[in-house]
Amino acid sequence: MNSETNIQLEQAYTNALRRSFLRNTSFGIGATALASVMAGGKTSLAAPTEELEIPEWAGVVRPLHRPAKCKRVIHLCMAGGASHLETLDHKPKLAELDGKPMPKSFTDGQQIAQLQGQRDKLKCLGPQHTFAPQGKSGTKISSILPKIRTIADDICVINSMHTDQINHDPAHTLMNTGTSIPGRPSMGSWLLYGLGSETDNLPGYVVMTSVGGGQSQPIASRQWHSGFLPSRFQGVEFRSKGDPVLYVNSPSGINLAQQRRLISTIQSLNKLGNERFQDPEIATRIAQYELAFRMQTSVPELMDVSDEPQHILDMYGTQGGDGSFASNCLLARRLAERGVRFVQLYHRGWDHHGGIKNGSAVTAKLVDQGTAALIKDLKQRGMLDDTLVIWGGEFGRTPMAQGSGRDHHIKGFSTWMAGGGIQPGMSYGSTDELGYAAVENIVHVNDLHATMLHLFGIDHRRLTYRFQGRDFRLTDVAGEIIEPILA
Amino acid sequence: MTLVAERVLQSFLGLALLTGVFPNLVSAAEIDFRSLVKPILSDKCYACHGPDAGQREADLRFDLAADALSDRDGSPAIVPGNPEESLLVQRILSSDPDEQMPPADHPKQLTKSEKKILREWITQGAKWQKHWSYESAKRIPAPKMPSALEGWDRNFIDQFIASQLDAAKLSPAKPAEARILIRRLYLDLVGLPPSPEEVDEFVADASEDNYEALVDHLLDSTHFGERLAMYWLDLVRYADTVGYHGDQDVSVSPYRDYVIDAFNSNMPFDRFTREQLAGDLLPEPTKEQLVASGYNKLGMMSAEGGVQPEEYLAKYIADRVRTASTVWLGSTLGCAECHDHKFDPFTSKDFYRFAAFFADIKERGLYSGANRDGNWGPFIKVADKELSELLKPISERIAALEKDLSASTPELTAAQKSWESAQIAELNRWTIAQPVSAKAMHGTHLEVQADHSVLAKGKSPNTNSYEIELELAEDGITAIRLEVLPHDSLPQKGPGRAGNGNFVISEIRVFPSDQPNTPAVLENATASIEQTQAGAGNPYKKWAAKAAIDLDVKGSTWGWAILPNAGKPSVLVAEFAQPLANGRYRVVIEQNHTNPKHTLGHFRLAYTNAAKPVRAESQDSFDTKTKEALLAETRTANQKKLIDDKFRSICTELASVREQLAAAKKQKTDVSNQHTRSTLITEAVKPREIRVLARGNWMDKSGEVVSPGVPHFLEQIEKSERPTRLDLANWIVSPDNPLTARVFVNRLWKLYFGSGLAKILDDVGSQGELPSHPELLDALALEFVDSDWDVKHLIKLLVMSSTYRQSSLMRPELESLDPYNRMLARQSRYRLEAELIRDNALAISELLVKKIGGRSVKPYQPAGLLRHLNFPRRTYQQDSGYNQYRRGIYTHWQRQFLHPAMQIFDAPAREECTAERARSNTPLAALLLLNDPSYIEAARRFAENSLTAELETDARVQWIVRQALSRKATAEESKILLGLLKEEKQRFATEPEAAKQLLQIGLSTPNAELDAVELAAWTSVTRAVLNLHETITRN
Repeated sequence: MNSETNIQLEQAYTNALRRSFLRNTSFGIGATALASVMAGGKTSLAAPTEELEIPEWAGVVRPLHRPAKCKRVIHLCMAGGASHLETLDHKPKLAELDGKPMPKSFTDGQQIAQLQGQRDKLKCLGPQHTFAPQGKSGTKISSILPKIRTIADDICVINSMHTDQINHDPAHTLMNTGTSIPGRPSMGSWLLYGLGSETDNLPGYVVMTSVGGGQSQPIASRQWHSGFLPSRFQGVEFRSKGDPVLYVNSPSGINLAQQRRLISTIQSLNKLGNERFQDPEIATRIAQYELAFRMQTSVPELMDVSDEPQHILDMYGTQGGDGSFASNCLLARRLAERGVRFVQLYHRGWDHHGGIKNGSAVTAKLVDQGTAALIKDLKQRGMLDDTLVIWGGEFGRTPMAQGSGRDHHIKGFSTWMAGGGIQPGMSYGSTDELGYAAVENIVHVNDLHATMLHLFGIDHRRLTYRFQGRDFRLTDVAGEIIEPILA
Repeated sequence: MTLVAERVLQSFLGLALLTGVFPNLVSAAEIDFRSLVKPILSDKCYACHGPDAGQREADLRFDLAADALSDRDGSPAIVPGNPEESLLVQRILSSDPDEQMPPADHPKQLTKSEKKILREWITQGAKWQKHWSYESAKRIPAPKMPSALEGWDRNFIDQFIASQLDAAKLSPAKPAEARILIRRLYLDLVGLPPSPEEVDEFVADASEDNYEALVDHLLDSTHFGERLAMYWLDLVRYADTVGYHGDQDVSVSPYRDYVIDAFNSNMPFDRFTREQLAGDLLPEPTKEQLVASGYNKLGMMSAEGGVQPEEYLAKYIADRVRTASTVWLGSTLGCAECHDHKFDPFTSKDFYRFAAFFADIKERGLYSGANRDGNWGPFIKVADKELSELLKPISERIAALEKDLSASTPELTAAQKSWESAQIAELNRWTIAQPVSAKAMHGTHLEVQADHSVLAKGKSPNTNSYEIELELAEDGITAIRLEVLPHDSLPQKGPGRAGNGNFVISEIRVFPSDQPNTPAVLENATASIEQTQAGAGNPYKKWAAKAAIDLDVKGSTWGWAILPNAGKPSVLVAEFAQPLANGRYRVVIEQNHTNPKHTLGHFRLAYTNAAKPVRAESQDSFDTKTKEALLAETRTANQKKLIDDKFRSICTELASVREQLAAAKKQKTDVSNQHTRSTLITEAVKPREIRVLARGNWMDKSGEVVSPGVPHFLEQIEKSERPTRLDLANWIVSPDNPLTARVFVNRLWKLYFGSGLAKILDDVGSQGELPSHPELLDALALEFVDSDWDVKHLIKLLVMSSTYRQSSLMRPELESLDPYNRMLARQSRYRLEAELIRDNALAISELLVKKIGGRSVKPYQPAGLLRHLNFPRRTYQQDSGYNQYRRGIYTHWQRQFLHPAMQIFDAPAREECTAERARSNTPLAALLLLNDPSYIEAARRFAENSLTAELETDARVQWIVRQALSRKATAEESKILLGLLKEEKQRFATEPEAAKQLLQIGLSTPNAELDAVELAAWTSVTRAVLNLHETITRN
């Protein structure tokens, strides 16, 4: 697939819109019939039957470059930079050196963030929590993640991640877009562009956030932006307070029947315009008003978890609607069931520059149960097979102490993946004996992206978009598929 | 021609018929290098055989003719006229995987027709041309009008357009109807809809003269600058926040107003360019030029704790290269940050030489603490334009009051006389005490001065206790006075030693020498001033005199203090319960406040035997000079004036004048503050060292150090000393620069015709698109330069053309031939930009406040949108009053969380330069127009206006449609809207409470005289109209 083909497909899409519009106008239907129905005082919540059919965006990767293993992603982002040394990377040697100087051979010439001024006084900080092998796989997981321990045989832990960006904002940008330069599309947008979505009532890319357990580093909307891709591929934030989606509720004093009537009126008038102006944008506008109305009902329905049985709520540890990470995990499953392509949950609580012992335990407790429940729930519904779950932060944390905490760290950290074509119950790669740098089977963020696209049946080198004269891709100029972790 | 047709079918240009678009480039079957060959070479071959030396294979490059045609030891890649001998042809046609080019695993393969084109081009002689945009624009006479279209043209634009249309056997569209033309002109030139009256007037006589008068009128409008500035602000990525990490606010709105003013005053584009890039380097720069130089400070900045300054300095300067090269040169020089450009001749060194122009800008990599103190670099304060007008009446009032204050009347003279004698008597009652000794603790040294005052010197501890020994020369002493005095050696001139000049006296005790442990009882303490500020936690609710004689019953931290009287004398007076006899006494002054260093710096003690009550009087705090003047036998002129002024400053007769004067002065300060904004400017410092960073890695110090310079393949700046930003600006706007004028003119074309002549607005390089009308673009660029960069002149030329005035209606024959309207056989129709959708709704409903410039404003926004921000945490404070109804361009531009009404309609976050916005059509946009309170309030006001117009129902529907769409409603449309009205009336009649709820949306209050049910139902009608596709479309 190259850019020309992509552009041709985009044009084909536009032409389909045009044809659809021509077909409908040539039938001569439109406002007259609708108006008479309405004048008779009959309104229904259903869309008018003469609704124009707008083709769904089916993606530019057609056919797929290879058979797909998964259909959707749930990305659990441990924002702030979860410490690999307190969660997934067991380092007994670091415990031995606790309080002792950090060997200079590790740190000389390396980037350091807030510890810059203390280069000569760096001391080791031993792991603050205990590790033990879990399940048949024997994957070592920290004691602060007791529920995730129970899914050890379902997940594949990568202990050899590294990234290029040592500050939160650019590191998130790299994790989402494959580069730290702002203005590029995020991975969810790339997937929608490449494959389209499987829902026509909800956005194909949904983002939710929660906080707690540590200082909440800012998260910019650029993290789910479509960059230079068309904005219909942008992530849509679902909120736990106020309108779940911006402006999804009718103004006060207007009930749903009225809103339907108003939209029908707008549609009728736009159809008259359609006949006059022959403008394909009008057909799209009409379709989008229909989708808008469907969202006014489908989004509240999605957010209302009262139809979930008690044992499911108990499994996640939430009653829903509280904006917690657990609640978001439950909503993520509901979104996945409804065909949403990419769900991203940020938990903003892992930036433990100080007090990491207690801080990491508190944050872990806030994400542990929801995470494990999500995997188990997907599994029992048979959805884990084609849902890829990614768990991890934008970077890791230093083996060196920053007071009672740890600083940002890019040379080595951990992430796990599960489902959707990933080998369950395995560990991959490793850091050195102090957990400083990834040394074996090193995985860069671009490799993670390449692997993710591969699981969707996409060759990461062939999903491109031409912007400012260059064919851009999610993996920029790098990216290797991590073959050994594929199922 | 089949070849051409085949190529066209898969052309990345997406055009239906090449002959239609480039008829003058393709004669018979001649293969044009620029339009056909170069794009193939660039896209399919340059990656390995192009400008990037780092990636070049086989030492072969196709971007330079000399290289491509060289002999290469007897096996030349290209032999002009002989495809069989050309290695290129052999390799691209080879089916041997080891031979074939591009290599089999290369993601970009050649299509069959592309291979044919390359072969045919070599057969025809492999003629090379330099890339179009790097060559100077050519003066080519406009083509003669085709006979079929004779008389259609109004200026040379039309001749170029007509010539291509004719070649494609197409004809231009009919002129648009007058009502559409006027709406188009209004939206294009000022971004606001015409009023129905203006439409009527123009439609009544749409003559050539009236059309031109209308164009001139709109170009003269102050809203013209707003409309054009919207676009410029996208390019230069203007925003009100810093973008990185905590996305804190930064004040640069005066820069935005500068851009509006520059377009309004038709500032020549060359000057506009110079002032922004290098306003600070101009000789004796004006305030406006400094504001303009804020351009260099519009990029993103970070205050994130862990930032490594050097890394961010590299980010900031790279951002400047990307921006300046895109804004003025339409070039992707930014792509050469890590390696030589893959498609254009930019080297990595070119990138860093360009960056070096900006190495003199004073900045920090990490704006440490800026999240708290707002210090994002050098700034100046700028008064709003209206400030002088606003201050005029206030200043006049102040002058009048000051005159009143100094005017002399017989009554005042008499009053002053009696006041003076009273003061003299009062002053004479105190005897200055002469200290025998003065001691302090903690290394403080007390020094007795000639005037018997005591000055604290030496260490300044957090608390202190002073002990002064006095000799009282008289009996029956009834009271003691403590004068606290200013002194130049003290912070803020004292009288205290705290940083703000304050002190706190927690206790004063007077011990007779024979009773070292039993102080004399003090009572009725008074003072000339008792501090009230920071008094909330104080048990006395202020810093009272009596706290200094309360034996510390309420705690030793409380006492007497004097803010805001720092730098001035004040006094405290306390009476003795029993008169003291003469003799020696010890006065102990305790200063035990918990706030550090609040100790006394300069003071003097006095006593009196005057009859009680003895109170601190205002004159007690007179400064020494006034006291001397009062007591002088004969007064000098200065002393007389001093006393006159003093009297007038306290006499009751003038109290009201003084109050009014103080109020007027405060108002002046308040108004000045309200209408003064700070704005970042560029300050030049010694340029820092710029190196070529290998692979863009800021930690790599091995690269060559470079001096400022422009891309090596373009005309160079000739200068012996180091070239500056001003030299760069001059080079950019030199008439010989092949890029600047073309790039800007191409973008203006986009604003008035829907897309650029060269469609890709931010890249006129190899991977950009060849212009659809290259000669026209050149002619316009030359016209622009020849007119001394006259922006309004150029825009007028565009909108006066017949091409501009065409109808935008699609015609069946264009559907397949020119679906994207590149040949301009009609005008374009497209959705309004985000800001204009808002402006339009506010204008239609007459809610719009048309003020120009000022602080950025905050329209309604859903709660919680900024909850992801931190350092500091923020809640959005929506504007009240008129600022709620300002144009979209003034919206507070929060880079990380742009206002949804902007973002959803594709306004960019302005983190990077944006030359072209997307025009999306999404359900979120529908939800916004349907449910955002701004649009509900606008609909309600729109409905109110329709109801107060006193019309019959049918006529009211007509009124509404005309107001929004500048046209009459058709019978069918009326019927549909009336149907809605009827149902909505029924619904609200059964539930009037719902009507009230709807009408309460927004800050403006609904017209109470209107029936709520009626108004709510009409609001549904106006909502429908504001949501129409046509309402938000320019056609």
